[in-house]
Amino acid sequence: MKTFARNLPISSGYNLVGALSHIPAGRPFRAFRLWRLLTGERGLGGVLFVFVALLSIVPLARLSYAALVVQGSLDLDRIVDVLAGRRVIEATINTVWISVSATVLATVLGTGAALLVGLSDMRARTVWVFGFVLPLMIPPQVTALAWLQAFSPASPVLGPLGLSLPPGTRHPLYSAGGIVFLLGLYNAPLVFLSVRASIQRLPASLMEAARASGARPAQMLRDIVLPLIRGGILAGAALAFVSAIGNFGIQAMLGIPARVPTLITLIYRQLNSYGPSALNDMALLALVLAGLTVVGMSVTGWLGRRGDQRVDGAAHPPRLPLRGWRWPLGVLAWGYLAVCLVLPLSALLGTALVTGYGQVLSLDTITFDNFTNALFHHQGLRQAFITSLWLTVLSVVVLIPVAVALGYVLTWRRTWIARALRLASEMAYALPGIIIGVAMILFFLRPMPLIGTAAYGTVWVILAAYLSNFLALALRPILGAYGQIDRALDEAAQLTGATLFQRLRDIILPALAPAAMASAILVFMTAINEIQTSVLLVSSRAQTIGPMIIFLEEAGSSTLAAAVGCLMVGLVLLLMGISLIFAKHLPQGVLPWRD
Amino acid sequence: MGAIDINGLNKSFGQTQVLQDVSLAINAGEFVAVLGPSGCGKTTLLRCLAGFEQIGSGTIHVGGRAMSGPRMHMAPEDRGIGVVFQNYALWPHMTVAQNVAYGLKIAGMSRRDRHARVTHALALVEMGALAERRPADLSGGQRQRVALARCLAMQAQVVLLDEPLANLDVHLRGALEDEFAAFHARTGATMFYITHDQSEAFALADRVAVMDRGRIIQFDRPEALFRQPRCETVAGFIGEGRVIEAEDIVPIGAGRARARVLGAEVELRCAPSETRRKTARISFHPDDLDILADPHRTTASGIGADITRATYRGGYLRTQMTAGPQNRVALTMNIAAHAGIEPGQHITVTLKDGWVIPEARQATG
Repeated sequence: MKTFARNLPISSGYNLVGALSHIPAGRPFRAFRLWRLLTGERGLGGVLFVFVALLSIVPLARLSYAALVVQGSLDLDRIVDVLAGRRVIEATINTVWISVSATVLATVLGTGAALLVGLSDMRARTVWVFGFVLPLMIPPQVTALAWLQAFSPASPVLGPLGLSLPPGTRHPLYSAGGIVFLLGLYNAPLVFLSVRASIQRLPASLMEAARASGARPAQMLRDIVLPLIRGGILAGAALAFVSAIGNFGIQAMLGIPARVPTLITLIYRQLNSYGPSALNDMALLALVLAGLTVVGMSVTGWLGRRGDQRVDGAAHPPRLPLRGWRWPLGVLAWGYLAVCLVLPLSALLGTALVTGYGQVLSLDTITFDNFTNALFHHQGLRQAFITSLWLTVLSVVVLIPVAVALGYVLTWRRTWIARALRLASEMAYALPGIIIGVAMILFFLRPMPLIGTAAYGTVWVILAAYLSNFLALALRPILGAYGQIDRALDEAAQLTGATLFQRLRDIILPALAPAAMASAILVFMTAINEIQTSVLLVSSRAQTIGPMIIFLEEAGSSTLAAAVGCLMVGLVLLLMGISLIFAKHLPQGVLPWRD
Repeated sequence: MGAIDINGLNKSFGQTQVLQDVSLAINAGEFVAVLGPSGCGKTTLLRCLAGFEQIGSGTIHVGGRAMSGPRMHMAPEDRGIGVVFQNYALWPHMTVAQNVAYGLKIAGMSRRDRHARVTHALALVEMGALAERRPADLSGGQRQRVALARCLAMQAQVVLLDEPLANLDVHLRGALEDEFAAFHARTGATMFYITHDQSEAFALADRVAVMDRGRIIQFDRPEALFRQPRCETVAGFIGEGRVIEAEDIVPIGAGRARARVLGAEVELRCAPSETRRKTARISFHPDDLDILADPHRTTASGIGADITRATYRGGYLRTQMTAGPQNRVALTMNIAAHAGIEPGQHITVTLKDGWVIPEARQATG
């Protein structure tokens, strides 16, 4: 071969195809075909399928198996024993009623806010929307901590008013009602975003026709607007329910001290218990939680679909003048922000600035030790933050290209693989993070086939959990952007002979870049403070920053926890601020905090 | 009852002024079309009338009642004006009957009266059989009939229609035009019809208001717009009008004037106030040109022209040609289809009719 090539006249170099055609069919060609197969669409679909399967389908299957089967046999007695236990039944009932009540609260608040923002000529709307959506971006454990501090003597709002609790009294938020209240406030922005999107799709003429028929604004709202945005309200309620039932931060921070067991805190505590079937019992509880989540989603989904009216209009709905209502509604709206943001966050800051919990914040007691400790001296905190940071960056780096490729398959291919991929990624996102955590423990507990050691207890499990958990989050803005790309652009490139990867790189990616940027921001912000999955997966070898607050609070260093919380909120605000600088270049509606 | 009186209306969105000093006096029971290219402000005018937009300055009175004015704005629901939207605006979560009944329900009408009124209105637009359907199950034409029934049931004295046929097929438009005419005859309501289609406006309206860049440039009967356009914009916009230069205009009384057009001596119509002028702009339509029987005979009224293109349009040949010095002036003429015309041919045509556009006065309104 080599000699043959060397003896070729130089001119034949121009005719490489002709030269190659002399080579008898053999290995090089087969390799070439394999490469084509891998880089073609089927290959891409296959690779994505393996990715999603390994990160969500297989672990979840492993979880179900461990929940039901102990040592190779399906032991129904054990299952009944565990599920009929007094604590489990109590926790299940608590979980259901707390999540449902919190969902109702979130739905009422979120819908009201969306109607006010979407349909009225309210002033300073942009600022208000930012403030309303902000709680959603703050890690729930920080929210819980901030609310707990709101009644402490260090609170700059309630303290001077004499409304803070005297030391030793039971905190009002340490109760089931407190959990419902905080979960409701926390998830209201989810409903808000969903309902606002529905309102923006509402054609103005439908409302104007009602006015022309003699309907007053209130009648129009009742008879026309609310029925038409019902789908959006229920979709938002479904999100709020899923988020409430799986919210570990708030349920743990309030529920454990208040002795209000819920499934999620029971699973967490199960991790520390011993016994031959402790892991299997944990898996079983996780399965119950997953079942409740799916039931909740299905019920709201069914309610939403029933009689759902598809409306699509390009025109933005009219802004109704508030007139006499401007003042009362304005006071209500801004008062809400004051109560939900200023009260807890100022208290959090206040606690972070005193040396010991319970101290009154004054010029004598003010100290920055907690911040310097958190930033420079606390070895564990720094280590945890660095781990979180690189885990997050790695997640973004892996997930965004995967989401771009996955979006291509999901948007423009109607195969069963596409549908299965979508379902699997949505499933991993919708299920509470703690379930993914349990699934990952079970999946990685045994030694890995190639490496020979177990990955459990290392950061790699946390990374796997992040990838599994946030794929759907990364996918969402990208799928939205795919919907806006004219498919003919891709097809025209295909006709010129561009391969799939060339098309993705040269045609799709430039159009998708803003949305990919947005989804990178969303994943980054969610993963950096993540607690739901990592709380189960952290070990002495691998700590992330998210659960640190709970550990610090449990260890009694409330002031240090508050300082860490303040830094987390600061980081969130910084990221949101940076994203707003780029907001002009991002597609409309991908940044939830932007009106 | 339903007379509309708009006086000195101005409306701006931010920096752009979309309505400039619009004044219209519409009699009760009149059918008025507002005609203009897209973006001329005609939809904004309708929305001001309906009360969806607040006006900048001026006044709007309907039936003698003040609707909009300086520091006052009556809410749309209090105006009692019916609106038919371009995209029908049927509420998708209600049946056809519920859509028609909604306004009556709001007005507090009893269930029995409501049912009778709705049944009657739907029967009039031949939609009685589909009363229980949802709007999503109807065709475009059917939806617009329901929207019309909704106005019928409300018995509004003033009905605003915002390009109601724009989303429909050509063959449906004719049928619905008849429906609107029947609606008007039946109710005697004042109709305010927005459109960019002049054949629609001419077929339906008693009077047509031509709008351009936020102004009403002429408000007149259709034939007056066609035969006596007040300015070049109207002349060029209506009925494929052609505007060219004429010289030595000499009024000869009885609304006629002599003039020289492309070298030919012709007699044209003119305004009674027309004076002797050196030059003027005149307007005419493709049907006003005719071919002279003997192409080689040159008369004083003949215009020499070279044919550039002839297109068969069914009943007639549409002939494009150039005439005048250096063949600079393009003309279009419709002639009988059997005339032996070919591109490149030199012919002589005459201008049978035309209109001397009055000299622009300072104040137009």
